[in-house]
Amino acid sequence: MAIEVRDVNKSFGTTPVLRDVSVDVASGSLTALLGPSGGGKSTLLRVIAGLEHPDTGTVRISGVDATRLAPQRRNVGFVFQHYAAFKHMTVFRNVAFGLEIRKRPKDEIRRRVMELLELVHLEQMAGRYPSQLSGGQRQRMALARALAVEPQVLLLDEPFGALDAQVRKELRTWLRRLHDEVHVTTVFVTHDQEEAIEVADTVVVLADGAVEQVGSPSDVYDNPANPFVMRFLGPVTEIGGSLVRPHDIEISAEPRPGSGEATVTRIVRLGFEVRVELLVGDREAWAQVTRGTAERLGLAPGDIVNVRPSPGARSLALTGA
Amino acid sequence: MADSAKNNVEHDVEHDVTHDTKHGVARYVLRTTAVAYLFFLLVLPVGLIVWRTFGDGLGPFLEALTSPSALHAFRVTLVVALWAVVLNTVFGVGAALLLVRHDFPGKRLLGAFIDLPMAVSPVVVGLALILLYGRFSPVGGLLESWGLQVIFSTPGMVLATVFVALPLVVRSVVPVLEELGDEQEQAAHTLGASRLQTFLRITLPGIRSALAYGVVLCLARSLGEYGAVAVVSGRLVDQTQTLTLFVEERFQNFDQPAAFAASTALALLAVVTLLLTRLLRPKD
Amino acid sequence: MGTPDAYGVAMTAETATRTAPPPRAGARRRRRFSGGTALGLGSAVLYLSLIVLIPLALVVVRSADEGPGYFWRAVTTPDAWAALTLTIGASAVVALVNLVLGTLIAWVLVRDRFPGKAIVDTLIDLPFALPTIVAGLVLLALYGPESPLGLNLAYSRAGVGLALLFVTLPFVVRTVQPVLIELDRDMEQAAASLGASPFQTFRRIILPNLVPAMLSGTALAFTRAISEFGSTVLISGNLPFKTQVAAVNIFSQIEGDNTTGAAAISTVLLVVALVALLVLDLLQRWGSRRG
Repeated sequence: MAIEVRDVNKSFGTTPVLRDVSVDVASGSLTALLGPSGGGKSTLLRVIAGLEHPDTGTVRISGVDATRLAPQRRNVGFVFQHYAAFKHMTVFRNVAFGLEIRKRPKDEIRRRVMELLELVHLEQMAGRYPSQLSGGQRQRMALARALAVEPQVLLLDEPFGALDAQVRKELRTWLRRLHDEVHVTTVFVTHDQEEAIEVADTVVVLADGAVEQVGSPSDVYDNPANPFVMRFLGPVTEIGGSLVRPHDIEISAEPRPGSGEATVTRIVRLGFEVRVELLVGDREAWAQVTRGTAERLGLAPGDIVNVRPSPGARSLALTGA
Repeated sequence: MADSAKNNVEHDVEHDVTHDTKHGVARYVLRTTAVAYLFFLLVLPVGLIVWRTFGDGLGPFLEALTSPSALHAFRVTLVVALWAVVLNTVFGVGAALLLVRHDFPGKRLLGAFIDLPMAVSPVVVGLALILLYGRFSPVGGLLESWGLQVIFSTPGMVLATVFVALPLVVRSVVPVLEELGDEQEQAAHTLGASRLQTFLRITLPGIRSALAYGVVLCLARSLGEYGAVAVVSGRLVDQTQTLTLFVEERFQNFDQPAAFAASTALALLAVVTLLLTRLLRPKD
Repeated sequence: MGTPDAYGVAMTAETATRTAPPPRAGARRRRRFSGGTALGLGSAVLYLSLIVLIPLALVVVRSADEGPGYFWRAVTTPDAWAALTLTIGASAVVALVNLVLGTLIAWVLVRDRFPGKAIVDTLIDLPFALPTIVAGLVLLALYGPESPLGLNLAYSRAGVGLALLFVTLPFVVRTVQPVLIELDRDMEQAAASLGASPFQTFRRIILPNLVPAMLSGTALAFTRAISEFGSTVLISGNLPFKTQVAAVNIFSQIEGDNTTGAAAISTVLLVVALVALLVLDLLQRWGSRRG
């Protein structure tokens, strides 16, 4: 294991932020810490980096107890949400910083920095200052800077949080490819489930300072441990006292085993998909069907149809709902 | 600031077109009042002294400033000001870091104590230092028995100057340090930099211009201090006389040319300070 | 609100940071109380104590040395009492003049445009940069017995007021100016679109937003005025009962070796200044709550 977090508790003042958190991160993996804001994921990342000290519990990095180790001795790469670019240094000097601190020879620093700038496609920008870069470029510079010291683990705090949607998507794919190239154990924090599922090979869902579920992206999406995880990872609707993904709802004209009656209240066409809003008894629900299905059934508001979760689809019974 | 000024201008122009001239007249009256007030309060008095100083050419000015007493006063002023600036800069940066980057009980109180000198009359500063460090106080007596005379001597003048200029560096650096945030410092830590390395390579460059601004303010205040130094120096001509004390003493002894010449020199220093602070002022 | 200007920076910057919006999340997590903090705090407190706190405390202690009766007599000797009332009265008048003219100047500097405005803007800080004794001397040259304008204010209370106006000029200007710059012009345009005249817009929209800054500047000017020494020395002639201000009175008592009397008047000045600053602090909180 590259990182082992055991029974970590942490409070700010009287507010608990992490509660008995234990997480293992496998060597060479790309792990997402996913959860709503205020869920403790950034704090956990900062505890791993040594920027925050846990009240109780331990952190081991590459088998070594790092709990009381200062951040500068942990050899982790940390990429901050707002980049934390050294504003008074050029891109080159930013990336070289960690190597200069380690007193590496000048020509080695030069070679390594240029290598990394090439890796993040910033070789043309070496002489610029951070203020002359776009947000995405700054983010890549911060990444190169963190990678320069050959960290045992790379930690990224909401790495794409401050970027606009288009750049975000590009950088995601790029990060995934970069990870395949350099293979450094990577942990990143995100509140965007799509980002976590697309980029990570392991997802840790955190809420209210506690780990809700750990698993592969398909695992947490398809087999959520509880209603919270199910809701957080994708759209859900409630039907017959169970939580179901809207695309797992079957609509038919005739009753089928396990189906119940519902009234169509509204139909919204979103390109290829069609959102069918329903009234099941006195409860609102919705289903996501393809255009073809909607046309085949000839759905219109006011129609009475039969609905049921598709056989084999994951649903969670809500108790007392 | 330039941006908003430009917006204002555009707005005003628009205003003039759509509104009657009454508004324009009001603006003219306000402008004239402001400029006239500043002219009679600041420009004319200072200009008059400069004019009188150079009325008979540069020769008498230089002569008055190169008399042995004047040169001595220059030297005393410089020594005192440099000590005060060095001490207050070290203290100022440390205190600013403490106030912005650390948490401890009584933080607001410390901030209030640092501002306290702004509310104290220079004469009271002098009195306060005499009461602690004067020959007849226990502390002053003890120091004197060790051969260190504080009051009526350079150390006392340095203390007085440090006192009056104390908040300037702290208060110039604090807002910039807050603005800077601690992310860059944390990034440096994660990259392996020690606290000292982080301070020298990251924090100090980040507050560079604010620090320079504070130091210039502190230097100007130190060179120009009069009241507190007047009390603790004993005003001994050719011994503890600073430039400002020289101005007063020459004037009282009806040596107007020397008083005016020294005043002009100090006023020129003030103008240089103003221009420097303009350059260094933190921009929004 | 940006960093206020030049030498006014001390007080105003402090209050500005106090009312500043909470910093980003990163700043919330400060370093915990550690060995480094303790060492730094210890040094800072020691430095402050040796130079500021203990000496000032001794002034207060000394003023009470001979009992409250003596304190009261020292403060109410005819010359001390006259100096104190003159100082506080003149400072109040000067603060009010600053309230009006300082706001006016700030307005002109922000909203008007004319050639040389940048120079005027720079000049505002001159009183902070100019040594006070020089300020007194230049005023005496223009408004003294040899006045080329034929206007002799030397050795008069008007002369004292003039000196105080000179040294306090920047306070109101430099506290109001940034607020005026930041003021949302949309509000004024909204008011105008609702039918308000320029004067109504000023009185009902702009002025209420400026009041906290105006009052802060006035309080700072007042505090500065009551403690002023250097600029009044030459122009006032230090005539007891007529033009002698409190700081000068203290000075002459120190010269006369009456440190207990000097300490008593100093204590009164300190208390008045602290009360003014306390009021200022309350005004700031009031302002930030409304802001």
